Formats: sequence, structure tokens, C-alpha cells
Amino acid sequence: MTQVIKQEQSLRETAGKAGDSQVNQYLTFSLADEYYGVDILRVQEIKGWTPVTQIPNAPAYLKGVLNLRGVIVPIVDLRMRFNLESVEYTPTTVVIVLSLMHEDRERTFGIVVDAVSDVLNFAPEDIRPKPDFGTVVDADFISGLATLDKSMVMLLDIDRLLRPEELSAISRATE
Amino acid sequence: MAKILAVDDSTSLRQMVVFTLKEAGHDVLEATDGRDALTKAKGGGVDLVLSDVNMPGMDGISLVRELRSLPSYKFTPILMLTTESSPEKKQEGKAAGATGWIVKPFSPDQLLSTVKRVLG
Amino acid sequence: MSIDVSQFVQTFLDESFEGLDAMESQLLELQADDVEAINTIFRAAHSIKGGAGTFGFGPVGEFTHGVETLLDEMRGGRRAVSPELVKLLLEAVDCMREMLVAARDGVEVDAQRIATVRSAIDASLNEENTAPMPEQTAVSTGGNGAGWHIRFAPEPDVMRTGNDPLRILAALEELGSVQVTCDLARLPSLEELDPEDCLLSWDIRLEGPVGREAVNEVFEWVEDQCELRIEPLSGGEVAAPVQSSTAVAQHASAGSGVNPPAQTRSGFDRRSGGDRRGAGDRRADTGSIRVNTDKIDALINMVGELVITQSMLGQIGNELVQGGSQVQLEKLRDGLTSLERNTRELQESVMRIRMLPISFAFNRFPRLVHDLSAQLGKQVELSMSGENTELDKTVMEKIGDPLVHLVRNALDHGLEVPEVRLAAGKPATGHLLLNAYHQGGNIVIEIIDDGAGINREKVLKKAIERGLISEADAAAMPDERVCDLIFQPGFSTAETVSDVSGRGVGMDVVRRNIQDLGGSVEITSRQGQGSRITIRLPLTLAILDGQLVRVGEQIYIIPLVSIIESLQAMPESLNVVAGMAEVYRLRDEYLSVIRLHRVFGVRGDTEDLTKGLLVVVEGDGQRAAVFVDELLGQQQVVIKSLETNFRRVEGTSGATILGDGSVALIMDIPGLIRMTNPPAQDAVRKRAQIEEAV
Repeated sequence: MTQVIKQEQSLRETAGKAGDSQVNQYLTFSLADEYYGVDILRVQEIKGWTPVTQIPNAPAYLKGVLNLRGVIVPIVDLRMRFNLESVEYTPTTVVIVLSLMHEDRERTFGIVVDAVSDVLNFAPEDIRPKPDFGTVVDADFISGLATLDKSMVMLLDIDRLLRPEELSAISRATE
Repeated sequence: MAKILAVDDSTSLRQMVVFTLKEAGHDVLEATDGRDALTKAKGGGVDLVLSDVNMPGMDGISLVRELRSLPSYKFTPILMLTTESSPEKKQEGKAAGATGWIVKPFSPDQLLSTVKRVLG
Repeated sequence: MSIDVSQFVQTFLDESFEGLDAMESQLLELQADDVEAINTIFRAAHSIKGGAGTFGFGPVGEFTHGVETLLDEMRGGRRAVSPELVKLLLEAVDCMREMLVAARDGVEVDAQRIATVRSAIDASLNEENTAPMPEQTAVSTGGNGAGWHIRFAPEPDVMRTGNDPLRILAALEELGSVQVTCDLARLPSLEELDPEDCLLSWDIRLEGPVGREAVNEVFEWVEDQCELRIEPLSGGEVAAPVQSSTAVAQHASAGSGVNPPAQTRSGFDRRSGGDRRGAGDRRADTGSIRVNTDKIDALINMVGELVITQSMLGQIGNELVQGGSQVQLEKLRDGLTSLERNTRELQESVMRIRMLPISFAFNRFPRLVHDLSAQLGKQVELSMSGENTELDKTVMEKIGDPLVHLVRNALDHGLEVPEVRLAAGKPATGHLLLNAYHQGGNIVIEIIDDGAGINREKVLKKAIERGLISEADAAAMPDERVCDLIFQPGFSTAETVSDVSGRGVGMDVVRRNIQDLGGSVEITSRQGQGSRITIRLPLTLAILDGQLVRVGEQIYIIPLVSIIESLQAMPESLNVVAGMAEVYRLRDEYLSVIRLHRVFGVRGDTEDLTKGLLVVVEGDGQRAAVFVDELLGQQQVVIKSLETNFRRVEGTSGATILGDGSVALIMDIPGLIRMTNPPAQDAVRKRAQIEEAV
């Protein structure tokens, strides 16, 4: 996977030089037959699912915390986060480790998704503004929509999606 | 560039002097008092000594006197870092063999222009 | 080039605060004839003054100037050491500290107070002092802007001070256009020539709009080593060469100019106030380094990893016991044993980098006791021991305020005024001892006084008034529990709230602060003979000794320091009050039961309290029984923050990584007890007591 990303990154550099418009790369993944994308520059690594330690009184979608080479990283189940039907984890269940900015500080979070699909290039003109009609995902977390082979890719704003205080606020609400 | 020995028991001032001189491309040795400086100076090759006056252990005046008694430091410029309140210190320093002085507080620019003056 | 001096400001502040502490402690025990102590004090002031101007603390430098002058007179023997002077200097130290703190934090200083102290210093300087040093300002003579004619005849030994006349000429060239004529008159014949002497002199014509000061500055360092004449150029003046430089040979008339003019050295021979007596460095030189704590924290994290790896390997080794050859296993074991030892040693030495002697926290007490005993009209002798006992810098910083509070309390409430002491058959001067030592992985700090001790009746009366205990409780209460009452929230024995210890901070807050550091505090006292306060603190906040407990599939860590005992619940000691809250009777005490599986929302092995284990814990002075499925091992764990990537989780103080690489949460016992709502639990406990009695 890392290999792929590296190749694509060099592709991106070429693309950037060739065209005028700033092409961004997105790592896309699937979740209940829908496609989502996150800015590839935020992706730290992709790893298989391993059991986590539960966090007391946290919302159900916060699966717990994981030891990632000595750093304790919270793991969010994205299906549950988006109120999709949850599925059993299998050895192919994937965790995408992302870095996000919160209160001027970089933090590391992991998200559980069904499968990673591809790294795609989208120019700004490929991206449409987010809709204000009901998608399954709260529109707040979407930074835009892009189309790929007639299927839609929802580009996620992970800084909004994974705010630590957001997670705690929800935990209070559900108590 | 020159090899300069900077002597001061105050860490912050010494750091400032060392940093400024290094930025200007000089090779800088540090010492925390006269005794330390004397040992380091004996290592040789120092083109200029900048020394505080009031230090524990061996003070700057004694350091100058000791350095001047070494053949290799007979003509080496030695500048005292002193405060304006002590004109007699300047004279005492001169009597011991100091070349001149830089009056505290000084800015990095003042330091560099003075250093330039003695290094030619 | 522009150098940003702000990068050195932190270092300057650190060393200035250290210097101020040193000034203060030396001033407090200053003897009139202690020259080295005065020198130390002087040097601290001198360094602060020198750095203040450079690093942008101008007002501090100006203020310190007067202090430095006073100290300079003291060390020169021109001013006698007197109690008034020491007091003034101590006040000055306070002002300097306040000004530096204010400048650092961007807050206002108490300008009034500083001005008062400053004018006291000025007054003191003026009163008996000889006339102030005449400022050596050059007489500013105009010049007409055309330039200067300079006659420069250095003494022969000018080069022995490292001054090179050629560089002086070069410096003049930077000021304007220069015409130089060299005078060789003093040169002897070649045989007599000492190449280390400077026997040349120069006539210099410097043209251009150059100020007199600029010219003076060029010759500043040599003005007492030369004959120097600086005259303004008159418009029509023509350069009058004194001698042509080609005329070397003719003018080598021997002897004439060789003898240096051995006069005019008045400035040299003056010795100011005795030679520096070298040696005798009184400064407590601990060979310390100043290291950015971030770097050390990174190192500590790395070592933490090593510890984890090691325990991971240890686990693998244990698993291999079933398979593998005996020899292989032995080797693996041996290797692991040494890895374990190395790791532990490395960890200890890395931790030690952060450790500082407790004297950093103790140092402020001589002053505090000095000031406070005077204010209270008490005579107190303070002694300290074990000042070199080391503890973590962060722990030290956090224990400072609680210690001050406890010492204030001891002075205010513990030690008596001389008349009372004499009446009680004790010496008039009370004694206060601060003591520190290591015990196991802890540092123990003791505050011992020979004052009145804790008055049992007074404490009980107050506790009853405050509703903390009942009259029935009071009678049977053992002495150590009585002392413990002082730490209860809302308790204060002071008859009136004095401005000494009544700062709105109770002993409960002191205890809370100490417990937040993972420590404990207790008082023992004998009425009429004094009290002893014992504080136990972990040496570091980076690791702790933990008890691993299991609830269902989850493993948690309870800090060993919080655990009183663990036990299997006896069914007859269990009570359910009001249909819901559970209490457990342990001997004569009622403990609320905290079911960890409920509080943390996880599934445990059993709901039956008699099938699991109760861990009796204490936090914030309250005890509770935590219900878990099983006790696992005890081990030292490296504390990791959950806030790095997530947020604080209620009921936990962090997490750690176990030998199998999984994460375990560390329980925050006081927090856990608070979470389970203590007031309600209190009511429940009382009710259980009543029900039991009926």
C-alpha cells in the first residue's frame, strides 16, 4: 500500500507541474457500498484490525485505544459513526491511521473502514460543493463530492469528523 | 575565520556571545570561569579572548594576567566584558594586559563590530 | 547580521532566579567579615545587571545598578554590613524577582513598591558615600567638520596588551579619508631593536565630518598607553609631514627614543581595594546542566519503549518454556535477565537527569521563616537536613506550594510565642525541622516542630460543629483519625483567620495536591510536644507501581499507593441500602462498593460480589471498595497520556502499554470515588450504620 502511495505521489508531482490547477490526491475507501475519500497527506498508515482497549463511557463508535509503536491512538468505527449497520470485524477489516489538527496540535486517530480501494487524483473543478440534502453522513463532515466512473466519492473533512471534544460531547448526550 | 575563546559564568550571556560569533562564522570555545578558560587557552590557537570580569574561581583580571605570562598569548587580543559602573576595573584590566573592553549591555551587532576591530 | 537575543531569554531568567535565590540565602546568613559571601551576592547582582540590558530587561538592569553599587562598596570594605542594609537588599531581591516575573509574564509590577525600595537604595548610596565616580565623558569639543589632526605616539609596550597600532589606523580609515605619516625618530639601531616594542609614532590627518567621540572611541583602549593629541583641522592647514618614511637609516640615532616614558601610568598602578582572593568558590557548584525538558521527555519515552520491549520479550521467553531445547531456553533467559538489568539501569539514569535536590524547594524557607516569625512575634530556629535528596523537577515544582502552606501552618498554629513556651517549661525559641530522605521508590519529606501539637479536644469540637463527625464518633476516635480530620474539606482549627495561614486554602487542598502527585500526607502529634507532618511522594511522575486487575476482558491498573488491602467479600458484611447503593462493612468502617464493570460500562465475569474481589482503596481521604473479577500481577508501568491524541477520560489518569502490547488504563482513584458521587455515598454509609444499629 505504501508503495502505491509513493508512486502516486510522484505522479502527482508530475501532474502538478503539467497542469495549472492544483490536483489533490485522495485515499478512497468503501463503507457499506459507498465511497469516501480522505486527503492522502493526512494518511499515516494503513493497518489490519487488532483488538483495542475499551474507553469507559465513550460512545459506541469509539471502539477504544490502540498501541501504535508506543503511542496511544483512539480508533473510531466509521460505520457506527455514520449510523450505518455495523458488521463483524474480519481479518480483512482495515484501520486507516490519520493525522488531524486539533487546537493547533497534531493528533493521531484511526478509523475502521470496510476496505481501502484506491488513490485518486481530483482537481478542484472535479469536486462539487457538498449537498444540503440528506445523505447518510452529516453534511458537516463532508468537504465536497467527486465523481468516479459514475459513482460518487464523498470527501471527508477529518478535522471536523474526529474532534476529541465532539466525541466527548456525544458521550455525554448518550449517557 | 578566527578562533575565539568566550569566558563568562553567566550562561545566557555566554550563549549569546557564542551564538553571535558562530553565526558570524567564527570558531568558538567556551569557558565558564578563568580557570576553565586558562586550561582551554593552553590548548592553543586562540586568536581572541573575550572574558567577563567578575567570575567565581578565577576572575577575568587574573585570567588576563595568567594569559599574558604565556608566550603564545603575549600579543593575543583579550577583551574584557565589563559594566560601565566600574571604570577602575577597566584600568585594572589594562594593567593586567587586557587589550580593551566591551561595555555591558551590548547587542550582538556591537559585539561583532568590536570583534572585527581587533581581528582586523 | 541580526541575532535574535530572545532565544537566550529563558536561560537568562533561569539563571537570574537562581542568582536571586543565592543572593537571598547568602543575605540571610550574612556575617560582616564573610568576604566570599558578599562576593557571591555581588556576582549574582552583577550577572543580572549585565544580562538584563542585553536581553531586553532594561528597567531590571537600572534597578540592579544601585544594588550592585551598594554591594560593591560592601565588598570593598567601604560599607559596613548592617541588619538594615541586609533588609534593604532582601527587599531589593524581592523587587528584582518581581520585575523579572512581571516582564516574563507580561503583567504589571507594583511600581510604587519598587520606586520606594529604589529611592531607599539611592538614599543609602548618597548618605555617607564619597562623591560618585566622575563620569569619564570626553570633553566634547566641536571641531569644524573638516576633520582631525591626530598625533599618536604609543608607549613601546602597547602591543603587549594585544593592541596593534595598525588596527587602530585601519579603524580610523573607516571613519574618513586618512593620510598617515610615520615618525621613526624613536627607532634604535637594528641591533638594539626589540621587535616586541612599538617605537613608531604617527601623525594622522583624518578628513571628513567625523565627531570627536568617534575618534576618541578608536583610541579608547590605548589612551592611557600613548601620547595622544587630537586637534580639529583648520580649513587651510596643510599636512605637515614630520618625517619622511624613507628616512629610516639616518634617524636611527641610538638611545634617544628607546627609553619608554616610565611615567604617565597613574591609571595602571592604582589597585582598587585589595587583590582578589582567588579560590574559595562558595557557590554550590553541582556541575549541573540546563537541558530542555522536551528533550528529556523524549528520552524518557524512548526508554519507556525499551521497557515495554523487554517485558514483551520476557513474555515470549515464558511461553517458550513449553517448547524449545533446554539450552536455548536458558540462554534466552540469561539474555533477558541482563536486558532487564540494563533497561532498568538505563531508565534510572535517564530519570535521574530530571532529578534535582530538594534544596531547590527548601531554599525559600529560611527567608519565609525569618519574615514570618518576626511578624508573629515568635522565635523560631529552622534547621534542614537531607537537602540533597533528589526528586523529579515537576514533582518539586508542584510540592512547593503545599510545603509553604504546611510550614506557615506550623509557624502559625504549631509553634507558640516565647512567653507561652517558657511557661510550658520549653526553651523560648521554637524549633522547626525540614527533613527529606529516600525510602523505597519514594521521597519522604518531614516537617517537624516542637510546638503545642494538635489539641484533640479542639479538633473534635470543631469537627462536630462542622458536622464532620457525631459526638458518639468523637469519643471513640483514635488519635490518628483525629489528626486526619484536619485534612477534611472545610476544616480549620485557626480561631481567627489570620493573614498567615488563612489564605482560603485549607489543608484539604494541600492533601489533594499531594495526592494528585500520587503521594500521601499524614500528621502525628503529641499534645504539648509538637507535630510531625510526613509527606510521601513518588520520585517521578513518569512511572508508577501498579496492581493489574481484570474485569471481564479488560485489564486496568490501580496505583499501588492507593491500595489499602484486597479481600474476598463476606456475604454477611454486605449491605444494600435504599435498594441500590451497596456498602461493605470492614471491621468498624463502612465502605461504598464501586462496581468497576458498572462504572466503566464493561461486562464482568460475575455480578456476584462474593465471587470476585474487593480492592479497598483510598483517595482524597475517602475509602471505597472497588469490585473486580481478579487480581493479576503487580508491575512498574510507564505512564502514557490519553490526551496526546484523545482527551482526558474520567476515572482514569492515563494509560500504559502492557507486555503483550495492549493498552491498559490506569485508574484515578480519587476521581473514581468522586464519580460515584461521594455525598450520596456518605448518606448511604450513615444510613447503613443506623440500620445496622437498629
